[in-house]
Amino acid sequence: MWSFSNISQFIDNWLRATFNPTWTMVIEMVIAGVGVISLFALLGLVLVLMERRVAAWIQIRLGPNRVGPGGMFQSLADTVKLLVKEGMTPIGADRFLFNLAPLIATMVAMLLIAPIAFAKNFQLWDLNIGVLYVSAVSSVMVVSILMAGWASNNKYSLMGAMRSGAQIVSYELSAGLSILAIVVLSGSLNLNDIIMSQADGWWIFKGHIPVIIAFVIFIIAVTAETNRAPFDLAEAESELTAGFHTEYSGMKFALFFLAEYINVFIVCAIGATLFLGGWMPFHIGHWQGFNHVMDYIPSSIWFFGKTFFMIFLIMWFRWTFPRLRIDQLLNLEWRYLLPISMFNILLVTLIAIFGWHF
Amino acid sequence: MIEEIGRTTEGDIIINVGPQHPATHGVLHLVITINGETIKKVEPHLGFIHRSIEKMCESLSYRQFIYVTSRMDYLSSHINNHACALCVERGLQVEIPVRARVIRVLMDELTRIASHELWWGAMAMDLGAFTPFFHAFRERESINDIMEETCGARLTMNYIVPGGVMQDIHPNFQKRVKNFISLYKSKVGEYSELVTGNIIFQNRMKNVGYLSPEDAISYGCTGPTARGSGVSCDIRKLYPYEIYDRLEFDEILETEGDSFARYMVRIREMNQSIRIIEQLIDNIPEGDFQAKTKAVLKLPKGEFYQRVETARGEFGVYIVSEGGTTPYRIKFRSPGFSNLSALDLMARGGKLGDLVAMMGTLDLVIPDIDR
Repeated sequence: MWSFSNISQFIDNWLRATFNPTWTMVIEMVIAGVGVISLFALLGLVLVLMERRVAAWIQIRLGPNRVGPGGMFQSLADTVKLLVKEGMTPIGADRFLFNLAPLIATMVAMLLIAPIAFAKNFQLWDLNIGVLYVSAVSSVMVVSILMAGWASNNKYSLMGAMRSGAQIVSYELSAGLSILAIVVLSGSLNLNDIIMSQADGWWIFKGHIPVIIAFVIFIIAVTAETNRAPFDLAEAESELTAGFHTEYSGMKFALFFLAEYINVFIVCAIGATLFLGGWMPFHIGHWQGFNHVMDYIPSSIWFFGKTFFMIFLIMWFRWTFPRLRIDQLLNLEWRYLLPISMFNILLVTLIAIFGWHF
Repeated sequence: MIEEIGRTTEGDIIINVGPQHPATHGVLHLVITINGETIKKVEPHLGFIHRSIEKMCESLSYRQFIYVTSRMDYLSSHINNHACALCVERGLQVEIPVRARVIRVLMDELTRIASHELWWGAMAMDLGAFTPFFHAFRERESINDIMEETCGARLTMNYIVPGGVMQDIHPNFQKRVKNFISLYKSKVGEYSELVTGNIIFQNRMKNVGYLSPEDAISYGCTGPTARGSGVSCDIRKLYPYEIYDRLEFDEILETEGDSFARYMVRIREMNQSIRIIEQLIDNIPEGDFQAKTKAVLKLPKGEFYQRVETARGEFGVYIVSEGGTTPYRIKFRSPGFSNLSALDLMARGGKLGDLVAMMGTLDLVIPDIDR
């Protein structure tokens, strides 16, 4: 099958032949940066449209269908509106932190794109501690939310930020432990190695029940981590109007909004990579013929298919469940999810030690 | 405001919820004192939508003032109109044709279902679930269509006039109401699937916002709010008007007194309304839809009071007449005002998120509170 590695190799060779090594590196960095930014914008547009479509489908209505064919340019039009809107800074706000917070949120989301393998041999940064990097960088998100809440000089914002702080810090534990289950099974923190370890079947199928438990916990925890309903207490509309981004308008608000969707994409991509094999096609053990047929579907389609399936799951949650209360939210994590994931990781370790998985 | 700030202790924050806030469903202003997430005090400030309807009614004739009352509790405007019409009829001593009475009760119960449908959707939205709102509106829309066909309007119907109803029902009325009943029955299962049976929802609603029966009585709570605490206060049963004494339906009582009890009262009340409609829809007697009344109505000197059960509780109309063509004084007893006063009692010690849920279970309609 054709792969991106040929293209990138070709560009790299051409650059090396034309420029000296330093310039080659600079130009390659710029290409990667532009690529990430375009992907960032494109994903934002697509995901917002998808969210509205899914919501409309669940809520027996049509959703955006006026701008462009089938409403495809609706989110583009919204972006234009947000771009030309005035980005107000309220009086009494800490101007520096207030304007810095959306940038941090965006930067975190962009940094997280780096280690994700979008297709076979298509990865910006093949990091040997990829999983650790993702969980470490995604924690920085809470800083931007706290910053936004504090700097806005608004009580609603502050409460939203405090809620979000408590929530993200707690749910990171469960998310981390469920990721650890796969790390234990595959024996590597490198996302590529994890994908390669699923060449004869995805972990969700060959890891027995503990991996399914880890998968469920992972979905719950990342839904909470990305502040989406039913865990959207940080921006609980009916309680805190808009939570931490109450005072934000225009493009500053849009950056938060975009960062949220990119985060959703990233956690789903990580989930798809760890549990559903990333770009790895659907393989069953040693059925060579079957595996060969599956290989004909391009790896990027496998990756995006799985990721969007998980995004759909998370959107489905959002439009179905009511919101939890803050004490219930923390109870759920500390009383149920954390003990279960701790016990689960023990089971997974036993499975890995005795080699019980397929 | 300055006094309030002076009274707070260390660590307390005062937050203005409203008058522009997504959870207050209108221009209600709550000044809440919180410590962290715990509520210490809730102080409702009213008056943002005060239109002095009572005073306006004093300069309107007995036929005209009924239309203004549609604008108070706009979700049960039929029932408001009904109360006013009954009060005027009490003064006029006219006999209302049975057909008109049946039509009025049918309309009342349809209105009650429509109001509860909207409440159900808004309630779920308060708790962060958006989808039920659209599902509720699907059924509510068909009620609105029925209203539109027969009354000519969808929200402020102004269909009930002193002496009967404004015009006869549309030929399609019975068919469409039956369609609605079958639609409702096929969809009501979704309600419990989507909201009532949801574990998150039940955890949010149970054991919060407790209102004891004694408090419910002393705060003057009526309607589903009081019935959720086990206080029997259904005007349709206790002081039957129109033909309610001849109908078979149950007064819904729940004894837990928490948010979930108030929620369940309304859900079960919708089924009772369906039961009433089913009894009447095939038995609308032939006859006049309006009694013969004079062009200009004059009430004899005296005081007249009529209470009815709206979707939110007891609604009372008190007319003082000097014998002229306009009332000397009109006083409305609106259910929302009394129910709102109990909010502080319920919310104290609860969480901020619960306050929104409690407001949802009170089913507040702000123009009804402020008038």
